[in-house]
Amino acid sequence: MSTPPPLLEIKELQRLMIGPVSLDIVAGECLSIAGPSGTGKSLLLRAIADLDPHTGEVWLEGVPAAAMAPEEWRSRVGLLPPESSWWLPLVRDHFYDGVPVPLEHIGLSESILDQPVARLSSGEKQRLALMRLLSNRPRVLLLDEPTANLDPDNTRRIEAVIAEYCREQQAAVIWVSHDRQQAARVAERCFEVTGGVLQARKPEALQ
Amino acid sequence: MIQLSIVDLAIAAALVLLLALLSMRLHSAISRQLVVAAVRTAVQLTLIGLVLKVLFANASLGWVTLMALVMLLIAGREVMMRQERRFRGWWGYAVGTGSMFLSSFAVAVFALVVILGDEPWYAPQYAIPLLGMLLGNTMNGISISMDRLTHAAWEQRNVIEARLMLGQRWDAAISDYRRQAIRSGMIPIINAMAAAGIVSLPGMMTGQILAGVAPVEAVKYQILIMFLISAGTGLGTLAAVTIGSRRLFDERQRLCLDRLR
Repeated sequence: MSTPPPLLEIKELQRLMIGPVSLDIVAGECLSIAGPSGTGKSLLLRAIADLDPHTGEVWLEGVPAAAMAPEEWRSRVGLLPPESSWWLPLVRDHFYDGVPVPLEHIGLSESILDQPVARLSSGEKQRLALMRLLSNRPRVLLLDEPTANLDPDNTRRIEAVIAEYCREQQAAVIWVSHDRQQAARVAERCFEVTGGVLQARKPEALQ
Repeated sequence: MIQLSIVDLAIAAALVLLLALLSMRLHSAISRQLVVAAVRTAVQLTLIGLVLKVLFANASLGWVTLMALVMLLIAGREVMMRQERRFRGWWGYAVGTGSMFLSSFAVAVFALVVILGDEPWYAPQYAIPLLGMLLGNTMNGISISMDRLTHAAWEQRNVIEARLMLGQRWDAAISDYRRQAIRSGMIPIINAMAAAGIVSLPGMMTGQILAGVAPVEAVKYQILIMFLISAGTGLGTLAAVTIGSRRLFDERQRLCLDRLR
């Protein structure tokens, strides 16, 4: 059996205190990064999405980021930040192409689309921000604490939606979490950041 | 026209001094500032009067250009100082000064050559006051709009970056703030045009009437000036906000707030 070519290749990526990081991720794979806050996990995701200057390269399906228009790169390599931002009055205004997943699957009702953003709770915003990102159909998901504001039930729902997206779209996921049990639960490969270096961990070791 | 003597001005100065004394009695800290400002007005205007006198006597293109450049550079500095978060390095000076050069100079030269058509076109009696009024007003428009733009970028960085993360181009990501910045730069001149003659008599027109010009002639000049100022302010604000918002992003369309101070 031949190994599939990597979907995302990270080559010697370095930004401030984190790196150099080199990683290959294949289509349909979810990889988690755990570790205390302030170790540069978010900076790493921002560098992969090309939002900050950095050294090293990231390639998607054999094409380096530098060879793609930035907006094209970021719509294929989508970053979900820990705090969501909204710029139009109604929730629906942010979904040009509709909602990618029935909202019941993430514990919300369709009527929330007609609500003003200002009236949403932080947990609702976080789930809707993920929907907004998925409606872009990115090839790679960079998730920064996607369930930080959620209760255990909704956390499980979001984990299921992401796993299904990853499988169906053959996408790749990098999931940053400070929750080591979650990091072990959602990912096939787990890493921890210590001293600016990514170190592979056995999922059992994180439990 | 009634010529003013030194005594006339001294009487007016006495009013200011009286006010200063009154506020000193009330232990107000404003009296010192008031006197300093009054002295500055007298000294600065006297100096510029002497400069204009010499300039009018030597009406060569070289001297007029030199005067215009000095005015531009001072106005550019003023624009920079009025911004709380301005661009670092020479960009902080160049965006405002460059935009004022593009707008004020272009509009002033256009008005001098096409509309007024004096011989020579750079006659300082027209060129210097016209440019002065244009610079003064575009300076306001540009500094207000740039302040607004850089402030919005700083305060709303999460929104701008969230839009970048979803694959929007830099100009789409900052479009709302760019629009607001241009609007706030244009509001003062729009208000001034809307209220002209009703709420207040514009200063230039009043000055011409005091100097003995027929009211209808003075009004025509005032209308011309208002239109030139709105064109100059609009162009200057557009240029500054366009250049400034591009400068907020690097070649990979990343929001670069480290370019602000």
